[in-house]
Amino acid sequence: MNKHNIQLDHKGRLRHFLTIEGLKRELLTDILDTAESFTSVTERTVKKVPLLRGKTIVNLFFEASTRTRTTFELAAKRLSADVLNINASISATTKGETLLDTLHNLEAMHCDMFVIRHPNSGAAHFIAQHAAPHVSIINAGDGSHAHPTQAMLDMFTIRRHKGAFHKLCVAIVGDVLHSRVARSQIHALSTLGVREIRVIAPRTLVPAAAETLGVHVYHDLREGLRDVDVVIMLRLQYERMRGASLPSEHEYYQLFGLTEDKLALARPDAIIMHPGPINRGVEIDSAVADGPRSVILQQVAHGTAVRMAIMSRAMQHEGAASAGEAPS
Amino acid sequence: MNTAPSDIDALLNGMSARLAALLAERGVSEPVMVGIHTGGVWVAQRLHELLELTSPLGELDISFYRDDFTRIGVNPQVRPSRIPLDIEGRHIILVDDVLYTGRTIRAALNELFDYGRPASVILVVLAERNGRELPIQADVAGRHIDLPPHRHIKLQGPSPLELKTGEAP
Repeated sequence: MNKHNIQLDHKGRLRHFLTIEGLKRELLTDILDTAESFTSVTERTVKKVPLLRGKTIVNLFFEASTRTRTTFELAAKRLSADVLNINASISATTKGETLLDTLHNLEAMHCDMFVIRHPNSGAAHFIAQHAAPHVSIINAGDGSHAHPTQAMLDMFTIRRHKGAFHKLCVAIVGDVLHSRVARSQIHALSTLGVREIRVIAPRTLVPAAAETLGVHVYHDLREGLRDVDVVIMLRLQYERMRGASLPSEHEYYQLFGLTEDKLALARPDAIIMHPGPINRGVEIDSAVADGPRSVILQQVAHGTAVRMAIMSRAMQHEGAASAGEAPS
Repeated sequence: MNTAPSDIDALLNGMSARLAALLAERGVSEPVMVGIHTGGVWVAQRLHELLELTSPLGELDISFYRDDFTRIGVNPQVRPSRIPLDIEGRHIILVDDVLYTGRTIRAALNELFDYGRPASVILVVLAERNGRELPIQADVAGRHIDLPPHRHIKLQGPSPLELKTGEAP
């Protein structure tokens, strides 16, 4: 690859985390390994390490989110960084300030990292292109493009339960068309080398070029779930849906809702995942969501350690100023 | 300048005797031994055996506490620190392979205190060399080595253990 990846510095270290696309397997594995070490920190009495002491991290959210913003905030605080939460949808932008003005103002306040969620695809990438050399950008979801930290915590959860990726068959079920989570998951799963990725969805909710991503597309849930190791359910995204992609919620549940009897077709030790928030009785039955094979709450728990790993790795790029001596 | 495996055994025997004497002198009973990754854990395993300690051995990986983090970064192979019991009010024997600048020990003490408030901490190292940058000294050291700043000393192991000197990386 001769085109420089904006996500990496000159030594190939992580600088921004915008999308899984273009990152190497070793880097993703490093992030998962680092996250593994951080889980021990979150289980101690003092759930904090001094890695990012003195750094300021801004959560810049142009779109509502509770879970993602909270775990980013928790991750930053457990790394000893100072955190600012800015709900930009009700802030300066309503007064007409542009995205770049907002960025430059925060840079002028000597902030070191921006965690950005924005309804437009490509927003985080755009900000990264204009950010000062010492600043790192983390994409916390941009439009229907990417949500790479969610995909990494999903990979972390899969690895914890299933071990090696190369043996696994993973099914992603539901609204893939509007899902930035699904897109990032597909890139992560294929980079990490899973045996098979399946997408199971109604024809209207599959992106036109799905098969070019190396996935097998199914339009029948029962058929698609056969012998899978991991089932990832997606939320039906009412807020991104315009027009008649679906006949009705009820019919969707009949055809694509995950219930115990459909799940019986997957491998007996299959795990059920969901990025949340879940719509009970729409894409997943409560009995499955709360059942013994569901790892949905563990995904949330892993979110902090995985985000700690990504933030700490992104803060060690060349531009991040520091001084100190090697200990011995 | 290298220390061969047989000499390491002699060093460890001597250290364990001096450590036992020090513990007796201070009236310390039931100490908790904690090794610093990676070499310190190897040394601690041997001393733990020689002293026939009953409490489980703890392990610290100080990577998250280093003061040069933004310069050298996090090693993804950080092993989780394992402190298998509550150290609140306990006497700790902190073990490392080489004491040089003192920064590793500072980081280890910081991490240790995030697990609780120990009653005391004794520092034991296989080798101490010149070049301290912090006011930290070992209570028990296997041997003392004087080296010019560009030289480097490293413990190889886990079996057999061997101290090697070379050019600093």
